Amino acid sequence: MSSVEATSAVRKTALNAVHRQMGAKMVEFNGWEMPVEYPASIGGGIVNEHMAVRTGVGIFDVSHMGDIRLAGQQALAAVQHISMNDPSRLAVGQAQYSALLYPLGTFVDDVIVHRLGEDEYLLVINAGTREKDFGWVRDNTRQFDCVVENLSDDFTQIAIQGPKAVDLMEKLHGNMVDVPIAAAGPGASFQKLRIDADFRSLKFYWVTKGTMFTMTGNVRRNDNRIMIARTGYTVEDGFEIYISSNETISTIVWNGLLAAGKEFGVVPCGLGARNTLRLEGKLPLYGHEISDTINVWEAGLDRFCKMEKPEFIGRAALEKAKAEGVKRTLVGLEMTERGIARDGYKVLDNAGREIGYVTSGSPAPFLKKNIALAYVPLEFAPIGTAIKVEIRGQGVAAQVVPTPFYKKPKKA
Amino acid sequence: MGYPTDRKYTKQHEWIQASGNTATVGITDHAQEALGDIVFVELPKVGAEVTAGKSFGSVESVKAVSDIYAPVSGTVKEINEELTTSPENVNKDAHSAWMMKIALQDPGELNALLSAADYEKFVAEEGGH
Repeated sequence: MSSVEATSAVRKTALNAVHRQMGAKMVEFNGWEMPVEYPASIGGGIVNEHMAVRTGVGIFDVSHMGDIRLAGQQALAAVQHISMNDPSRLAVGQAQYSALLYPLGTFVDDVIVHRLGEDEYLLVINAGTREKDFGWVRDNTRQFDCVVENLSDDFTQIAIQGPKAVDLMEKLHGNMVDVPIAAAGPGASFQKLRIDADFRSLKFYWVTKGTMFTMTGNVRRNDNRIMIARTGYTVEDGFEIYISSNETISTIVWNGLLAAGKEFGVVPCGLGARNTLRLEGKLPLYGHEISDTINVWEAGLDRFCKMEKPEFIGRAALEKAKAEGVKRTLVGLEMTERGIARDGYKVLDNAGREIGYVTSGSPAPFLKKNIALAYVPLEFAPIGTAIKVEIRGQGVAAQVVPTPFYKKPKKA
Repeated sequence: MGYPTDRKYTKQHEWIQASGNTATVGITDHAQEALGDIVFVELPKVGAEVTAGKSFGSVESVKAVSDIYAPVSGTVKEINEELTTSPENVNKDAHSAWMMKIALQDPGELNALLSAADYEKFVAEEGGH
């Protein structure tokens, strides 16, 4: 059996001790030590965690993500310049998926742009690209009258995802929920958590502020205006909350969410399930479906790219690329013979010639199939096209299928 | 955990239970726990030769592919077809979910392997539990 060791100079989120205490398997991801899955004894394991999010509710520590704030008179113009989507469409409190592009029309990163105020925007970016993105944003907005701040270390970010996410959050609204303390610490004999916000009516891709009350022993704390977004990376309903990165507060909130969600079968979820969930929904992952060598058209993210904007970084190259025509495109694959296609595996035509590669591949726990996303030349893109994936030297049959592989069921 | 004493173990977390000139091979409970949910097991064909210390197949969890190594050299006589449809059996009971039965090329090779007690010690030192 082969095994991999984590390197030593990794960063840790405020919840690192909690994950370890819960017995999570930790792994290094883009310079961060993160939980990949939790023990089966507490309802964890990638498959259990994935299913909990699809049928109930799961919570994720996603504090490794980064946050860049742009504020000032020309904040909108600055975001317009660096982002391919159109932030002028955002009302205060609204968010949109977008990307920062290089002049070649390829990806610096994908991002969710939140409009927090008249002239205030928060870009939530990927973990591995924190420093790169901040440098990119700062260097490409100097000409605009706005401040650019890296707030990445200020937040603990927790995602609460699943059809029961609203039910879980409503338990915390107007109620001080008892938070069991896993390890007896000095002083605190009890902890409580309450978060007031209008969870149920917060619309998809909108953000609001909530008030959070935490108690540990006799120490009470109010956090007015914690950010709550109805966003996520799982395709399910849910929220992402942004709270202080203080370790004590973060721990109370994490444990409080688990306590409030107990009756809904809440499960802590790691990066393993995070990946299988987003893959089923065909959500891109930087370094896989999108990167600095892939352009917007190839990645199929046209609908988030507003070419009617007169100017943004990458626009000229994208116009040229569109005129020339894309040579390759991202497709969904389903294995039709026994085997699992994985990241980086070669895609072959039926004569065994290499035609492309898998960007992300894995068993899909909810769909119970082995699925993948891959770049292939256009002639192999039609649904039903039979191709092969090279697995340990053998071509194993697969076919092109519609994406997303999974869609959230419509409420009756 | 107490590892069954009716077999020998390798540092790559395989077990081998010999009976005369044939032996049954699988992976240990420690291995299945480290892997997480096993979703795919790839085994050699009957008749294939396996070589001590070399990969004879692979076990896949959701996240990763892991090679499995032959504890000794021999010829594959039988493989556990059940693992094709129910790979999770390895998680449920790794010490019963055998993978292959082989005709031993050299039973003497078993002497170099770890006893249950030595394997348990090895796992504890490796940072396992």
